[in-house]
Amino acid sequence: MEIKVLGPGCPNCKKMEELVKKTVKELNLDVKIDKVSDIPEIMKYTMTTPGFVVNRKLKHSGMPLPSIERVKKIIKEEVEL
Amino acid sequence: MLKKLSEHITYSIFNLEQGSRLADALLFFIYDTIKIFLLLSIIIFIVSVIRSYFPPERTRQILSHKKEFMGNIFAALLGVVTPFCSCSAVPLFIGFVEAGIPLGVTISFLIASPMVNEVAVVLLWGLFGWKVTLIYMSTGLFISITGGFIIGRLKLEKWIEEYVYQIHMGQGQEIIKKTLREKVQYAKVNTKNILKRIWLFIIIAIGIGGFIHGYVPENFLTEYAGPQNPFAVPVAVALGVPLYSSAAGVIPIVYALVEKGLSIGTVLAFMMAVTALSLPEMIILRKVLKVPMLGVFTGIITVSIITVGYLFNIIL
Repeated sequence: MEIKVLGPGCPNCKKMEELVKKTVKELNLDVKIDKVSDIPEIMKYTMTTPGFVVNRKLKHSGMPLPSIERVKKIIKEEVEL
Repeated sequence: MLKKLSEHITYSIFNLEQGSRLADALLFFIYDTIKIFLLLSIIIFIVSVIRSYFPPERTRQILSHKKEFMGNIFAALLGVVTPFCSCSAVPLFIGFVEAGIPLGVTISFLIASPMVNEVAVVLLWGLFGWKVTLIYMSTGLFISITGGFIIGRLKLEKWIEEYVYQIHMGQGQEIIKKTLREKVQYAKVNTKNILKRIWLFIIIAIGIGGFIHGYVPENFLTEYAGPQNPFAVPVAVALGVPLYSSAAGVIPIVYALVEKGLSIGTVLAFMMAVTALSLPEMIILRKVLKVPMLGVFTGIITVSIITVGYLFNIIL
């Protein structure tokens, strides 16, 4: 599995990154989280940061941030596939 | 009903004597607080639901079919309802330009978005009445439309960083679809988040208002910065440009200044300058716009805001 958090480095993007890290830890998964701050790379997925990408699919973008339950659900769905 | 509730709190719960200065100030404070928070919750919720229909991707789609001028009008209006956080300004800008949206139209969007929004509307309405709100909104939109239009006519595309044109957005870009239930959920979360972020500013604004109302003499500052002083507007705008704050953050200052006798036009111009232009925003936009372009951008908006400030002072 491959997880990316997209954001040029604003407070919201950092919050998103922490949220994803926490979720991965709670689910006991061994996944590396890629923090993408390169604008052209971000633009491949979305125009609105923070973005949350799992297996090259955009799962969330923009404000407000998703709840931790929502992030859990998204990751679980991808694990089962 | 609200009035009764606040009277009950002031006289029965705090046990203050009717008609005393402190009671008056507290009554004013409680009444305004309840009123504004009610208004805020309702309006932010409604706007959030509308917003969920206009994610930036959709706005981009709509604008890419519009010509200049009509495009500027649409961009300014969509700027009011399209959510984005300031750090998204760069990807948004690139995304818009890449979709073939004219530069001026993109600029209209970028000016309107932070200046005219639901929080500004509710706060102005609650504190100054609908007339001031309407004037603020319409002139804010007017500045965004004309500012963007002028920049578009000047053909300044050469002052956009070259790499912007080399970025190609991914093919798989689609709008994440939301059900109505998710939209309502989104609106709830958004309302809660915004209230959490701004409640303190509002309490301060109302607190200042209540306090000054009872204690500080009116027209305290009129002598220096009232409508008679022709330099009041440009000075207020010049002070406001480098400052950075959201509409909610600047409202306490605005309220205090008006209570102390500054004319409303001067203060609204100050508020526009603070929200529409700021140093941090310029630094963010520098990533896509070259310095001369930033100069033109700042110059045109500053001049428009000053003009509007004078206009306010004449008609209000």
